[in-house]
Amino acid sequence: METLAQDLTPEAQFQARIDADIRIEPKDWMPEAYRKTLIRQISQHAHSELVGMLPEGNWITRAPSLKRKSILLAKVQDEAGHGLYLYSAAETLGTSRDQMLADLHSGKAKYSSIFNYPTLSWADMGCVGWLVDGAAILNQVPLCRTSYGPYARAMVRVCKEESFHQRQGFEVMQTLCEGSVAQKEMAQESLNRWWWPTLMMFGPADDASPNTEQSMKWRIKRFTNDELRQKFVDMMVPQADFLGLTVPDEKVKWNEARQAYDFGEVNWEEFWAVVKGNGMCNHERLQARVQAHEEGAWVREAASAHAAKHAAREAVAA
Amino acid sequence: MSATQPEPAVAAAPTANPLFPFVLQLADTSLILAHRLSEWCGHGPVLEQDLALANIALDLLGEARSYYQYAAELEGRGRTEDDLAYLRSAVEYRNPLLVEQPNGDFAYTIVRQFLFDNFHYQLLKGLKDGPDTQLAAIAEKSLKEAAYHLKWSSEWMIRLGDGTPESRQRLDKAIATLWRFSGELTTPTAAETNLQELGLVPDYAALLPAMQAHTAHVLAEATVPVPEGVFAQQGGKSGRHSEHLGYLLTELQYMQRTYPGLTW
Repeated sequence: METLAQDLTPEAQFQARIDADIRIEPKDWMPEAYRKTLIRQISQHAHSELVGMLPEGNWITRAPSLKRKSILLAKVQDEAGHGLYLYSAAETLGTSRDQMLADLHSGKAKYSSIFNYPTLSWADMGCVGWLVDGAAILNQVPLCRTSYGPYARAMVRVCKEESFHQRQGFEVMQTLCEGSVAQKEMAQESLNRWWWPTLMMFGPADDASPNTEQSMKWRIKRFTNDELRQKFVDMMVPQADFLGLTVPDEKVKWNEARQAYDFGEVNWEEFWAVVKGNGMCNHERLQARVQAHEEGAWVREAASAHAAKHAAREAVAA
Repeated sequence: MSATQPEPAVAAAPTANPLFPFVLQLADTSLILAHRLSEWCGHGPVLEQDLALANIALDLLGEARSYYQYAAELEGRGRTEDDLAYLRSAVEYRNPLLVEQPNGDFAYTIVRQFLFDNFHYQLLKGLKDGPDTQLAAIAEKSLKEAAYHLKWSSEWMIRLGDGTPESRQRLDKAIATLWRFSGELTTPTAAETNLQELGLVPDYAALLPAMQAHTAHVLAEATVPVPEGVFAQQGGKSGRHSEHLGYLLTELQYMQRTYPGLTW
């Protein structure tokens, strides 16, 4: 006998909608844990866009040609835009941008650890686009179908721009690899530094990822960390070959039986050290954000004060 | 009150087209200001303004590229936009002093932008109706952007002037520091006078009434008195710059100077 929807508990009705791939919208009932998980994930994503502006922003003033300068500046500006959509999506869950920023500044909220690595050469603008955005896309494309409507819709726009960024990054690498010996060395040196940290972007191994199971059940997440990491390696190794670059992992080898590349073990000690705040740039990145926010306080106050005065004058005039 | 323009630090290379050094001056001006604005990227006072600053920087960078490409064509010696931007020294740069001034706090950036936008907008209006079709086309495209820039910087002048006591104090300080660089914008160099006589460049004196009217309007809204009798510090357009430009170019030109002759 078919159970009528109204006989089900709110939790069961909610899960039934998720299972039927019906989007959850801001005014719908949702379990508190679902709301919290989403706020954590979306705000973390928004913070990553914001902090992610810094390592690339580091090269805007030194970009090697006017064309590259323009592309890089536009790219970093896109990231600011992504931050805006994502903060807005998170706000539909009942939090505020001020609260989210306060959590970022206090260290309570996290952002992607990849941005705690320094950008040391122009080739890093290639690797960040090619590898980091490439990894981000693998993480994010499934989010276009995530169960929460505003997040899914924001991600559709983000993903379109990210794939554009990734092509630009690859093109920076390709230009370097087709260039002088010094340029090719610059590209290889950069790949050596970014390869392992990008593999870490997919998060801890599945057996050490406590949130995965629930997030899969709620269809916030659609693939496990290890599945995505494997996809990334399978996608990137041939691209590195094409560029004439060597991935810095001696264990990378095509496995005919698995129809996938075998690869070495990520250094989880380094992963956790950076997550806990001990990466090369954790201090600088957070400091830069806190400083911009604190130094901007008087500007935001001036804008509110002026708006209030203006409104008061309008009211008197009316 | 304006001093006469000093002699150029380095004589411009002889070129058949008298428009070349002027187009190069426009290119340098937009590039240097774009560069300064791009230094804000990721450090703005609020995300929306970070976006606005990057947006204006991108517009100016695009405009600079159009001018450099046209200048390269006018010069006809096979130099590219990048050769012109990355391989000229500070004394060869022709931007006015205003745009190379450091960002300072947000009030400095706003005052610098307002002074520039107010001139830039009127200049482009004049250039778009000029006889040189290429320059007119670039001006027409850039004018739409410049109108938005002027609106943005004017609104911020008003917010900061008529905001809080702190914002007012910071704005007053920025005005006291930067206003002296505004006179150079509308004081023609000998080369500009020559082009004005040929009818290729608008007469700056004719732009002044509209610029002054806008300044008076914005500062009145901002409750700030219009500075009077400010000395006009000059030299940038003749290649005599402040100390700031050398550092800016060191950073801007780092890659091209370190790895000469490569493609990026």
